[in-house]
Amino acid sequence: MSAQSPAPLTERGQVLEERGPGPVAVTLSVNGVERSLEIEPRVSLLDALREHLDLTGAKKGCDQGTCGACTVWVDGHRVLSCLTLAMTCEGREVTTIEGLAEGDELHAVQQAFIAEDAFQCGYCTPGQIMSAAALLKEGHAGDDAEIKEWMSGNICRCAAYPHIRAAIRAVRDGA
Amino acid sequence: MRPITYSRAIDTATAIAAVSADPTSDFLAGGTTEIDLLRQNVLHPRRLVDINDLPLTQIEATPEGGLRIGSLARMSEVAAAPVVRERFPMLSQALELGASAQLRHMASMGGNLLQRVRCSYYRDAESPCNKREPGTGCSAIEGFSRGHAVLGTSEHCIATHPSDAAVALMSLDAQVHTLGPDGGERTYAFDDFFLLPVDSPHREHPMEHGELITAIEVPAAPVARHSLYLKIRDRESYEFALVSVAAALSVVDGIIADVRVSLGGVATKPWRARRVEDFLIGAAAQRSNFAQAARVELIDARATSMNAFKVELAQRAIVRALETLTGDGSESPA
Repeated sequence: MSAQSPAPLTERGQVLEERGPGPVAVTLSVNGVERSLEIEPRVSLLDALREHLDLTGAKKGCDQGTCGACTVWVDGHRVLSCLTLAMTCEGREVTTIEGLAEGDELHAVQQAFIAEDAFQCGYCTPGQIMSAAALLKEGHAGDDAEIKEWMSGNICRCAAYPHIRAAIRAVRDGA
Repeated sequence: MRPITYSRAIDTATAIAAVSADPTSDFLAGGTTEIDLLRQNVLHPRRLVDINDLPLTQIEATPEGGLRIGSLARMSEVAAAPVVRERFPMLSQALELGASAQLRHMASMGGNLLQRVRCSYYRDAESPCNKREPGTGCSAIEGFSRGHAVLGTSEHCIATHPSDAAVALMSLDAQVHTLGPDGGERTYAFDDFFLLPVDSPHREHPMEHGELITAIEVPAAPVARHSLYLKIRDRESYEFALVSVAAALSVVDGIIADVRVSLGGVATKPWRARRVEDFLIGAAAQRSNFAQAARVELIDARATSMNAFKVELAQRAIVRALETLTGDGSESPA
């Protein structure tokens, strides 16, 4: 690179653009829609969704990665939005429970949760459903033991687990 | 959470230059430890350099029969890779028995090695803790220590190393490849990468600030095709180990030809059970020998009143792991 280059350089490469710590303009693709927001870099994906984009489906249970209520998909993988900084999702596709249905038609897992009565208070349900739909795609719903193990990151204080497993089995079996 | 700035790196050298230039900078990979501890005021970086776009994600079989894992490969990807499942089943098992499906999609392999301890005194940001604030003392030794270590402890720290994957990688004689701020590539033997607390528990690894793990290399180990990871914990899933064993065994005509054993959940670092291995090589593959080897390994254990059960539990776990490997192998006389 020449000395006239407009970008500041170090010996080993370009100096990184540093954003923040105050609010910065961020664009996120959420449920297929580009959304612009102004947030500080410390804002989690969960807070960005809930407090800035009015997508309150993902829930804040523990805010420390132990309960799974905040589960969303980033580039198709189920992740915990409480331990994800929103800015790390620029250029990636975020899917929340609000983006799971096709128009007015519920996703098969959503329908099965209703049919099997797979919730009581409902607080953990969006995370359970996002996790369950991903689990089915991952191919880890072989039997109840496998479902239990691969759903263990989603805690349900009402202990609706047997019905949650029934809902997952129903979708797996195309019932 | 305190304010931070954010940068996203697209090449490794730039990321290293950015972090090494400022002692208050940290790399950000999966974030499952970093963001958690930032929010709890345990870690205080002012700048985060996001390295998730760096080209360090490959999982490759080496022609010699080994494995090379990019430091940004996710736990879930490594666990699912056919080469890992076939050549090193103990590693895929250790990975899948760790954390939850969501966390395994997020957490990188490099970050897994560097994850911080689960000691509640370290994580509460207030109690005296030599790891968090050197010189303030260890609250766990006289405190709640049920989950703490009995091997490799010191009077300054008894926190257990929490990784499962690192226990398997310890058995596999892995190497950690890094890139330093001076651009130099370095290689650490796995056992040398994890430091015992001794009198400086805040130093957990030998890397300097800004040095980045680029890959984990696992040499060929035919014995590892017959291996397992046994994890014992308070609940069946989504829990750290009370005791874990990463074991591989090769038996020829009833005699142990090769054996690898490492322990998790009981030590301040992933613990290679060399005394077990030394005792068992050339010995008959039978329960009495497994038990004697396990006793020898735990002779130096230093327990608290709360975690003394681990000394016995670890021995039983070693025996069970080796008996399991003996039992399902066709090369052994049951």
